[in-house]
Amino acid sequence: MKRIIHIRVNEQEYELAVEPNLTLADLLRDELGLTGTKKGCEMGDCGSCTVILDGRNVNSCLILAIQANGSSVQTIEGLETEAGLHPLQQAFVEKGAIQCGFCSSGMILSGKTLLDSNPNPGEQEIREAISGNLCRCTGYQKIVEAVADAGSDYQKGQGGE
Amino acid sequence: MSEYDVINSRLSRLDTPDKATGRALFIDDISFSNMLYGAILQSPLPHAGIINIDTSAAEKLPGVKAVITAKDVGTVKYGVSPARYDETLFCQDKVRYVGDEIAAVAAVDQATAQEAVSLIKVDYEELPAVLSVEEALAEGAPQLHAEYPGNYTAQVHQEFGDVKAGFEICDLIKSSTFVNKRQDAAFIEPPGCVAVFDLHGALTLYSSTQVPHYVQRTVAMVTGLPVGKVRVLKPYVGGGFGIKASANANELAACFLSMKTGRPVKMNLSREQVFKLCRARHQFLHKMTTGVKKDGTLVSLEHECYLDGGAYSSFGIATVYYAGSLLGGPYKLQNMKYDGYRVYNNKPPCGAQRGHGGVAARAAWEQQLDMIAEELGMDPFDLRLKNMMQAGDVTCNDLNMSSLGMEECLQTVQDGSEWKKKKGRLPKGKGIGMACGFFVSGAGYPIYRSDTYHCTAIVKLAEDGGLAQVYTASAEIGQGSDTAFGMIAAEALGVPLSDVRVMSGDTDMGVDLGAYSSRQTLMTGHAVKEAAEDVKHQVLEVLSKELSVPVQDMSIKKGRVVFHRQEPDFSELRTRYIKEHRGWTDNPKDEPLTFREASRIAYLARGSIVGTGKYKPHELGGKYKGAAVGTSPAYGCSAQVVEVEVDLETGQIRIEKMTDAHDCGLAINKTSVEGQMEGSLSMGLGEAMFEEVKFDARGRVINADLAEYKIPTAVDMPPIETIVVESNEPNGPFGAKEVGEGAIMPTIPAILNAVYDAVGVRIFELPLTPERIYTAVQDYHERQKAS
Repeated sequence: MKRIIHIRVNEQEYELAVEPNLTLADLLRDELGLTGTKKGCEMGDCGSCTVILDGRNVNSCLILAIQANGSSVQTIEGLETEAGLHPLQQAFVEKGAIQCGFCSSGMILSGKTLLDSNPNPGEQEIREAISGNLCRCTGYQKIVEAVADAGSDYQKGQGGE
Repeated sequence: MSEYDVINSRLSRLDTPDKATGRALFIDDISFSNMLYGAILQSPLPHAGIINIDTSAAEKLPGVKAVITAKDVGTVKYGVSPARYDETLFCQDKVRYVGDEIAAVAAVDQATAQEAVSLIKVDYEELPAVLSVEEALAEGAPQLHAEYPGNYTAQVHQEFGDVKAGFEICDLIKSSTFVNKRQDAAFIEPPGCVAVFDLHGALTLYSSTQVPHYVQRTVAMVTGLPVGKVRVLKPYVGGGFGIKASANANELAACFLSMKTGRPVKMNLSREQVFKLCRARHQFLHKMTTGVKKDGTLVSLEHECYLDGGAYSSFGIATVYYAGSLLGGPYKLQNMKYDGYRVYNNKPPCGAQRGHGGVAARAAWEQQLDMIAEELGMDPFDLRLKNMMQAGDVTCNDLNMSSLGMEECLQTVQDGSEWKKKKGRLPKGKGIGMACGFFVSGAGYPIYRSDTYHCTAIVKLAEDGGLAQVYTASAEIGQGSDTAFGMIAAEALGVPLSDVRVMSGDTDMGVDLGAYSSRQTLMTGHAVKEAAEDVKHQVLEVLSKELSVPVQDMSIKKGRVVFHRQEPDFSELRTRYIKEHRGWTDNPKDEPLTFREASRIAYLARGSIVGTGKYKPHELGGKYKGAAVGTSPAYGCSAQVVEVEVDLETGQIRIEKMTDAHDCGLAINKTSVEGQMEGSLSMGLGEAMFEEVKFDARGRVINADLAEYKIPTAVDMPPIETIVVESNEPNGPFGAKEVGEGAIMPTIPAILNAVYDAVGVRIFELPLTPERIYTAVQDYHERQKAS
């Protein structure tokens, strides 16, 4: 039996009828077409389905859509503005922090939550902030560098919200 | 300053803006209207006869559109190497591992497909199972394949030089035994596919594969469709590492289900199924004996290896050859004997993974070389330098090191890590270690015997001028190959990268053997370069006629036509170009003649300007049996230094720093080269430290998820210093060669040697869990006390 939920995704309001067992990841991907949120394990282990739910990083494969009723969600598609790529996205591109790209959405969103609260993180703080996001391609080296670089942009007032 | 305009730089990759914004499409992001969802029934038993399969309940479930078993699809044998086609899509008589495929279902949604699978009733007659090399080789052991008696997939027996005579002149002979563990590739994207059978009787398969070409051939062979009716396309792929380098049952089942229903069928593997599919790194048991003279000269290597293969061959024949042949270099060694055994058992089949066949062998040997250096009182660097091959040297098993920057790699990691300040001077519990390695830059021969080109390329100029479109069937799987080929085409044609568009991963675009054996940069790179040069020549031929300037007196550079002698009057051409583009706001005015104008004029003269390129290696290697495996037009090589800290109370190891130098020939894109090095180190660190696929007594994987199967996280990885060493590879396009796999080779032994430096105890078994380290150190101290 479907239930009605109200959810705000990337600054847009939705009223949706959803099955009670639908995950937030599937709602975003299948119902809203936001396929930038990736599913790598569907068990909360890999972090590729990371989205920002009311300011916190969550694995959207472990959250039911009905649990997100009344919440605000930001996905990777919500980071670009009319001015172009978000500083983190730009830094990931410029630093070569993306290889296969399957972890990138979640990785960038974990980086964003960190920088939003701490635009000048140390290397260890960056590593801990992204430690729930697995990457098999990069060895994390260029990802850590990209987050640090984007943090400098935040401090210069070019990024953040 | 680089002599090049585009390559040998750090340009941003073409695909990453799409990947950074969530726009890039991966396999599970592709759907079609009227699409069905597939699911597979896999064996719950490691070894059993199939008495009966009853699909009637599944077929009656509302929403189910097709159920298929071996009765429907036949039993065409397939696999990787035609010499060992030992799999059928579905099992008919017996199952050989937990996960062996028995049937598949297509239904209106995933939940219905899964439910239907659970309704298929199979009557089994359990057979005794063998779950290890020892069990499989025991007297009277149950046999997996009647065609391959003794449970041997393949055996290799080779000797180069005279190993025994070599040992007789040695001053020191050292033996050791080493074992790694079955690894999982743990790419973050599980494999998936969508098969679309159309009204023209043609099949299109979208799949997260590394090898569209081989998948196309296997699908054609197993379905019986003509190759020309099978098209395979890959969208962006979330990592492969070797496991996506062959057709799998999922792809074949989706094709049959689409053919049967006439509707698109999507089939995804779950993370648990990835562990059952496996096809990843084998467990290798290496026994090695090395003989040296007292000045450190390597004389003889005797080597025996057992591969824990699993139920089918997959890449296994190549793997068992590589495990021996890749010790031929990079050191001068005249005498080498190798006996390799790839053994079947009732576990999921192992295959190829980054550093195919060579990683555990390299770990075992480089550790043994460290032991030898210590006994001879030599610095480990000096022992390696003493024996290092030079560019142009050929190994005892006929591998030609046409370029070899090993000495420079050794020098730079020694300096970069401050080795001389640290070696032997670190406090207890801290250690530093080093190792070397090398790897093929593309397999010398295709997997099936053929005179085929290994790759073809097309470069076509847009008819309006100003854009070069590059088409190859190569596979961008995250390594950056599309960008590399865009850069090679741009350089060869003489235009900026922004004037090139790259399309790939589609069997309709040509032949390309795909992304495995670190082959694409060298091989596809050659084909792309040739196609771009062809196009350039055609444009210059037209200009030559129009302007009465010999072709050799012109070139194209940075998007402009360059006249080497006097600049002719090209105003008539410019007027014609502008007339063709009335109303355009960006027409050329005072600048030199542009590539855009030249390519439009060429189109007006000749129609579409299309250049083609192709590549296959020159004849390589020796004539002995198995000589093909290990041959390559070039070899990449690397040296590495690792620093560790070991907590002597708990056995916990922390990797503190890794310094890596890799010779990739000329680096097409330096940032991408570093990315491959960093990723290789990370995968090697994982294998050394944590990774082990574990089984219960019933042949079931007990850690089939990414929580219990641990790969390195960002906090496990130390800072990595990468040093790109550039030699000039004579067989590479612009001098380029591999980096994708070679860089993993020294990682594990460098860690092992560093751990020894820290705790004074050699560890001969992976992974280096705290328990294993703690126990080894305790045992060592007990033995010390006792003696």
